[in-house]
Amino acid sequence: MPASAPLHARGESSNPVIRVAGLTKHYRVFDKREGIGGSLRGLFRRQARTVEALRGVSLEVDPGEFVAVLGPNGAGKTTFLKLLSGIITPTSGTASVLGHVPWQRHDDFRRRFALVMGQRNQLWWDLPAAESFRLHEVIYRVDPARFARTRDELVELLGVAKLIHQPVRELSLGERMKLELVAALLHEPEVLFLDEPTIGLDVVAQHAIHSFLRQVQQERGTTVLLTTHYMKDVAALCRRVVVITHGRILYDGTLAEIVDRFTTHKIVTLDFETPPSDAAVAAWGFPCERRGPQVRLRIDRDRIAGALSEILAGESVIDVTVEDVPLEDVIAGLFRSAGDDGEPTAALQEAVR
Amino acid sequence: MTAVARSGGWPFHGWTTMLSICVADRLAHRGDFALGTLMRFLPIVTQIFLWTAVFSAAGSTSIAGYSRNDFVAYYLLTMVARSFSSMPGLASGIARSVRDGSVKKYLVQPVDYVGFLLAARVAHKLVYFAVAAAPFALVFFLCRSFFPWPPEPPVVAAYLASLVMSFLLGFLLEATLGMLGFWFLEVSSLIFVYMLAQFLLSGHMFPIDMLDGIAVGSAGWSLSLGDIVRLLPFQYTAYFPCAIWLGKLRGADLAVGLAMEAAWVVAAAVACRFAFLRGTRRYSGYGG
Repeated sequence: MPASAPLHARGESSNPVIRVAGLTKHYRVFDKREGIGGSLRGLFRRQARTVEALRGVSLEVDPGEFVAVLGPNGAGKTTFLKLLSGIITPTSGTASVLGHVPWQRHDDFRRRFALVMGQRNQLWWDLPAAESFRLHEVIYRVDPARFARTRDELVELLGVAKLIHQPVRELSLGERMKLELVAALLHEPEVLFLDEPTIGLDVVAQHAIHSFLRQVQQERGTTVLLTTHYMKDVAALCRRVVVITHGRILYDGTLAEIVDRFTTHKIVTLDFETPPSDAAVAAWGFPCERRGPQVRLRIDRDRIAGALSEILAGESVIDVTVEDVPLEDVIAGLFRSAGDDGEPTAALQEAVR
Repeated sequence: MTAVARSGGWPFHGWTTMLSICVADRLAHRGDFALGTLMRFLPIVTQIFLWTAVFSAAGSTSIAGYSRNDFVAYYLLTMVARSFSSMPGLASGIARSVRDGSVKKYLVQPVDYVGFLLAARVAHKLVYFAVAAAPFALVFFLCRSFFPWPPEPPVVAAYLASLVMSFLLGFLLEATLGMLGFWFLEVSSLIFVYMLAQFLLSGHMFPIDMLDGIAVGSAGWSLSLGDIVRLLPFQYTAYFPCAIWLGKLRGADLAVGLAMEAAWVVAAAVACRFAFLRGTRRYSGYGG
């Protein structure tokens, strides 16, 4: 396996919607020294350094896929989406989205995709969203009858019909994000880039957005790339996961595979009639938490069956639950397992063999 | 300048929708806008008092070929020209949108950013004239005695053409200045320098032909300061339309002047487009 190849390369597709090869993006940044003296010195001599935001990313995405792009802060996820949506130009490498080079920004291309950034507004702040929708109808050249039908469907799906005539500035963050999604989907894009769309939203709004995205994506077959830090988004929506660390793809495969390959144990919660001794608990597995007669244990996956039959045979158990390790923990472990240069460590390579 | 009309289909529908939305956006701030518009009429009152005082102190009926009435008429006409060519907040708004990342939406959507800014500015002006029409009419009515009343129709046509071009030139110069935000973190000082040059060299502060008496150069070649200032684009945003109305330019001079103004509009459009294309190539997409 070449050093920069992802840990689980997918098979080549004959007709990918997104095709990226060797994409790199370097930024030149200037360090600013502290204090007045530092500022004065900076007038004459600035210290520049190059930040390698992306370091040779290659990827293919098939039509209708819902792909999560995960990675710690600063990994290059948003840079990747900015490149694919043509906001920025790469340092090297090639990309094709819907047959277009994104950073050439042809209108034919821009009419076929949408980008939603969780912290950015495409709606006009002082106007009702209905006005922004009307503008989208025109700039994306949507047939008026079709526009009205799509708009009504989308606002109904998200339950925001009453909000579209209210100035956007008066809406809550969750309401705004729902309307942002409606605006992004009015022209029925074939490719949708979502950059942390649920950031800062409460659980109810997150759930509403998950259901909405799932339904829209399934009905229209939209290809979606989603960056997020919320594993609930990933679990609810994505089968495929691409993990980027230090500007490189570390893992590319299914979510189920990540869980399967990167978890070595499960979490078992037991309610006992009589609390067992600490020694007994330690013999079954690694105790995580103990609260009265309830014990939470981490037990190796291959020992689960044996340990449970031993416990059930020897103790009086009222209730038992067996859970996978939370996805957040699995992904955090995966992020940590990348070396400082973004290369998978030997231990990680071993884990996926 | 193309916005939504770029590749055919519904150009006017696109423009009108964009305009109506921009107008709606302006009207969302109608209170502030109306107050700002009315305040712009105050300086003309001070100008009338100032030049009355200057003439009485000088004890003369003419300064640099201008009578007191000529000065008042000139400043009223400057006010009209400036209402077309001034672009409050345009350059700083562009630079801010680059800095805070809000320019991204115009890069992602199938809309030309410069064309969109132009539509927004046309809307801005339409709302401005709707608010300012009555005060303008009142001021001109009160000052009617200062005016040489309407020149012949061809001159009025040339005047109107110069106003439209002064709008385009003012827009394109400021938009180009704003595009420097792709290169510099902060452009407010550059905007200040531009505003200062604009104030002094456009005829906003005093008629440019007052500089004709100041010679520069040596014995071999001699130019007046006015000649040099007239080589710059600034005069077309204030002095030039006023000079047309006041009959200072006629025949070939008028035609050459209009052609020069048109050439500056084209040059500024090219500069603006170039700055936008080069700027977006080096853009790093700051702000998340």
